[in-house]
Amino acid sequence: MSISRRGLLGSGAAAALYGALAACGSNTGRQDGGSGKGPRIEHWYHQYGEAGTQQAVERYARAYPRADVRVQWRPGNYDQQTAAALLTDSGPDVFEGGPTLDQIRGGQVVDVTDLLAGVREDFHPQVLATKTHRGRIWAVPQVIDTQLLYYRKSFLAGAGVEPPRTLDALVDAARALTTKDVKGLFLGNDGGPGVLLATPLYAAGLPVVTEDGEVGFDDPAAARTLGKLHRLHRDRSLLLGAPTDWSDPSAFLQGLTAMQWSGLWALPLIAEKLGDDFGVLPFPGDGPGGRPAVPVGAYGAVVSARGAHRAAAKAYVKWLWVDGTEYQEDFALSYGFHIPARISLAKRAAALRKGAAAEVVRFTTDHGYAEPLLWTTASRTAYKDALSRIVKDGADPERELRPVVARTRSELRRVGAAR
Amino acid sequence: MAAVVRERPARRGGPVGQEPPPAGPGRPWARRLLGPQRRHLWFWVFTGPFVIGLTVFTYVPLGWSVWLSFFEARNTVTPAAADFVGLDNYAAMLRDEAFTDSLVTFGLFTAFIVPATYALALALALMVNRLRFAQAFFRSVFFLPVACSYVVAALIWKMSIFNGVRFGLANTVLGWFGAEQVAWLSTTDPPWYWLVLVTLRLWLQAGFYMVLFLAGLQRVPPQLYEAAAVDGARPGWQTFRYITFPQLRATSVAVVLLLVVNAFQAFDEFYNLLSDARGYPPYARPPLVHLYYTALGEEQNLGAGSAGAVILALLIAVATVVQARWFGLGRKEG
Repeated sequence: MSISRRGLLGSGAAAALYGALAACGSNTGRQDGGSGKGPRIEHWYHQYGEAGTQQAVERYARAYPRADVRVQWRPGNYDQQTAAALLTDSGPDVFEGGPTLDQIRGGQVVDVTDLLAGVREDFHPQVLATKTHRGRIWAVPQVIDTQLLYYRKSFLAGAGVEPPRTLDALVDAARALTTKDVKGLFLGNDGGPGVLLATPLYAAGLPVVTEDGEVGFDDPAAARTLGKLHRLHRDRSLLLGAPTDWSDPSAFLQGLTAMQWSGLWALPLIAEKLGDDFGVLPFPGDGPGGRPAVPVGAYGAVVSARGAHRAAAKAYVKWLWVDGTEYQEDFALSYGFHIPARISLAKRAAALRKGAAAEVVRFTTDHGYAEPLLWTTASRTAYKDALSRIVKDGADPERELRPVVARTRSELRRVGAAR
Repeated sequence: MAAVVRERPARRGGPVGQEPPPAGPGRPWARRLLGPQRRHLWFWVFTGPFVIGLTVFTYVPLGWSVWLSFFEARNTVTPAAADFVGLDNYAAMLRDEAFTDSLVTFGLFTAFIVPATYALALALALMVNRLRFAQAFFRSVFFLPVACSYVVAALIWKMSIFNGVRFGLANTVLGWFGAEQVAWLSTTDPPWYWLVLVTLRLWLQAGFYMVLFLAGLQRVPPQLYEAAAVDGARPGWQTFRYITFPQLRATSVAVVLLLVVNAFQAFDEFYNLLSDARGYPPYARPPLVHLYYTALGEEQNLGAGSAGAVILALLIAVATVVQARWFGLGRKEG
């Protein structure tokens, strides 16, 4: 069959016209899915490292009878992706996230207080507090993630070092454990500021923002404690530049470091590889007002205010993260290792009642702290920059903290927290 | 084409006494579309889509960004009139130590990377230009890294060459000489991370500027070298100093301008080498990375971020104009 030039041009033009019309059509991916299950709901998750998590959340979505829930599994800079998507109409209906105080104040997320009616007391209070602003709840906590100090018992025994219970002991232990091939401590490839954040302040007994909305670390104890961290760099006790960062236990498992700060999620793998040759500790306290500190955080299920099916999205969130306790237990414990956000679930989980996991649950209950919503991104960034200069470069802690206190105070005024 | 239109008969028969409709290209609409008098029409047919794209995706966002810079725009790109703050965002940005520090970081980076890339590219071009055999091969070898993405190159530099443990390539080589391991990207005293940043950019960019210099070198008339030889100029440094280098002036101006603008836009290697899931260390944070975190990161402060972008654009414009004046860009040769 021969194709004439006119025919070819005509077909091309028709195809181009069809494409253009299709592109201008109404199929934005936000309409009803046609599955007969009700409206279509887009649910975004960040990419989890644990195998099986994606398949699990897809299974939960398929099981929901009253909407056609589509899961988007998003790798990369997830928080920034959701922040940008919330500015548009093509973002998610439901997403896991903070949310941030500015997202709440900007009306980007939906109040979900009513979803927790009757079960509010069963959610971990520290974690629920980070989702609560002016008495309203803006996300349903999914699981609790916590961080802790892992140490190799054999390495400590070989160097005659006791598990460190104070910050001074931690600094001394890191130095004593450092050899030509093994470093004493791994706090992440940036040397600590990125992951430790407010933990040393809480270890000194200082919150970042007090309950009445004031700066909590305008205190000489803050400078004293942060200053001690510089010794880790000066003594060359820290592992720096490892192939994987703090959240991955590889450096610890490969024997590159004797102690590592990492997440609870790493515990099953560490236990599998090292057996009994490891222990866990909270970040040790410092000074007379100090106490051990265990950072806790939790992504929550958040409903976007720009979603087309807000009521349906809220109903789905309630089904999955409030009523669906079997899904929460499966999500928290079957793939990685997290503590269920519901206290009743955490108590009955067999995996959390023995060994190191039980210790971590106890640390979290006794010493857990969560960064409050009033600790805004701008305050956190200013503090983290100062912390980096203090611990890495040995900058004067008092001089570095002064502008951070001023910045935090101004942020608290901006969001209407401080008087 | 125009001649064909005029020459072809418009009539092919039809009922007697009735003027048949003109056929084919002879029709009036076809004449209007295809005739030489419609050059403007065709100009817009071909350039229009690009103009629309440029307007929609570049100029409108640019204008919008300037407009946003006068508002308290957090988590929104459509602030209310009540959020108008005038020049407050500009004042806050200029008072923000993190932003001014990022400008200093950029200044240091530019002060080093521009002359280093210039010298390396010129040296490579001179060497390749003198080759009698396999010139195309070496030109390709040095040019190939240009095709590599910054992200991929940064990952290779970070994960295999300059990682901080004993099995990293750089540390393995140091180990052969009994030296201690170096945490290249985490050490601020001395600031080894600069070595990683600079070598990465040199590897990625030098080939492109080498090609520009090669083009410049091939435009130097051979008669000049012959005349210089007759006048007693020695080949090598003397010829380069008095003949080659001055003849490359126009290329040099273009290369330096491009290098400075590229340095201002530095983002990829800083971001990929030094950031992690928790953010970015304060050292070695160039302005674009800082603005990225302010406007598009968790902070979502689009008003302040836009103000910073406008300040940065003005700085680039001023630097470019000053530099162009300095080099005498646009001045007539001779």
